[in-house]
Amino acid sequence: MTDTDADAGWFAGRAADEAAGRDPVEAARERIANGETDRPRDWPALAVESGFADSTDDYYDRLHEATVAATRATVRERERADDQQLIHAVRAMDDCERTANELAERAAEWAGSLFDDAEPGIEGARAVAARDPDGELERRAVSLAERVVGLAAERDALAETIDRIAPPVAPNLAEMAGPELAARLIALAGGLEPLAKKPSGTVQVLGAEDALFAHLSGRAPSPKHGIIYTHDYVRNTRPEDRGSAARALAGKLTLAARVDHYAGERRETLHDELRERMATIRARAEDGTDGDAEVDA
Amino acid sequence: MSEPDLPAGVERREIAGETRLATEGSPVYGEPTADGWRAWDPERSKLGGMFELGLDTGLSGGETVLYLGAASGTTVSHVADFAGPTYAVEFAPRPARDLVEAAEPRDRLFPLLKDARKPETYAHVVEADVDAIVQDVATRGQATVAARNARFLAADGRLLLAVKARSEDATAAPKAVFEGALDELRETYEILETQRLDRFHEDHLGVVATPR
Repeated sequence: MTDTDADAGWFAGRAADEAAGRDPVEAARERIANGETDRPRDWPALAVESGFADSTDDYYDRLHEATVAATRATVRERERADDQQLIHAVRAMDDCERTANELAERAAEWAGSLFDDAEPGIEGARAVAARDPDGELERRAVSLAERVVGLAAERDALAETIDRIAPPVAPNLAEMAGPELAARLIALAGGLEPLAKKPSGTVQVLGAEDALFAHLSGRAPSPKHGIIYTHDYVRNTRPEDRGSAARALAGKLTLAARVDHYAGERRETLHDELRERMATIRARAEDGTDGDAEVDA
Repeated sequence: MSEPDLPAGVERREIAGETRLATEGSPVYGEPTADGWRAWDPERSKLGGMFELGLDTGLSGGETVLYLGAASGTTVSHVADFAGPTYAVEFAPRPARDLVEAAEPRDRLFPLLKDARKPETYAHVVEADVDAIVQDVATRGQATVAARNARFLAADGRLLLAVKARSEDATAAPKAVFEGALDELRETYEILETQRLDRFHEDHLGVVATPR
């Protein structure tokens, strides 16, 4: 395909679409949603030149019709990406990762008995998969390593999907927690609505149920954090302040989940407040102030 | 100090017993109206605040505008009322739903569900050499967004930017954040005027700039 200027515009290819019997509105929607080019051009003039529109006014009328329809349809599509799909994706990602690691161990053990330089882990499996096998046993070991590589790739693809679908499902939660942690919290709670209905103290220890029940039966101290430990605000806060950090983060994550479920719009103040609160907590380390260990004990 | 003229299509009018900034068009967010004119609340709109505070935006009405961070269309609907073709970029689906409703009755307002940090994803729709870019995106890297979108702006065009200090760094002093943002902007733009918008928007800096 020659890339003349007009070909790069959203209106290009309309004649071909019509000839192919595609719905012109749907085709335009797809091009507006997925098209890309580095450099903007004088699209109104090019559209008139290429015969797409009769005049600049006619072009703008068509652009208005197309962008309104395209944006409305894309909004609807994004909103349909729901919390249950997110839960499937995050669980599938975890399964792929766990299975890939397990199989990688098996593949490495086997490969180690056949080849001199077999390394453990996914990277080791990748090296084995790239080998040219000799004989039936090597063929099986290399084939097993190929499955590992395939599973690891599927895990990465699922992570990318989660990155894409978590923000429309829960914009505030995904921004605050990151798409992956947001998906995990939703999965642990069983959905966005159940998460939105949980008190902050429960959100704080989601994923630490074993430790929580050990505590409730009197065998252990109360857990400071569950899965939210993976968040930078908790993990990279000094240990004596982690309880405060986890409590502050859980509080705002709970509010974020509620705004996402009940209002569905981005709420900037929520993010500002958390940033400020975290700055205060982390400033304790610089001031040499005591942490909150005694509060949590 | 003489105040720069408002663009044609933006007027101070008597609405509900008060003199208020207003544009002519169909109401969008329940704003008060009179005789077809809708009050433009400077507390809900950075650009409205910039007009109210008398920044010289260089807008005279009828311009082609690229609006980044259109949200639910509050401000961009007013822009489309007095400007020419107006491209409205918004990344989040929920507010974009309202934006589409605001765009529907305005035949020169084009809503786009796009990420302003990735101009290559809408350069096939938004035309080159727009007269003005209005930017109100509440994400980190606001100066970077302005730099990346400079490709759309005519050589003598205007960037009208509201920098939100807290989006860059909620803990640093706003003044330091603004300095940093302006330094980065100067790589792509010549800064014509800056003014704090605090009377209407806390910790925001209004910036008028033109490509270098």
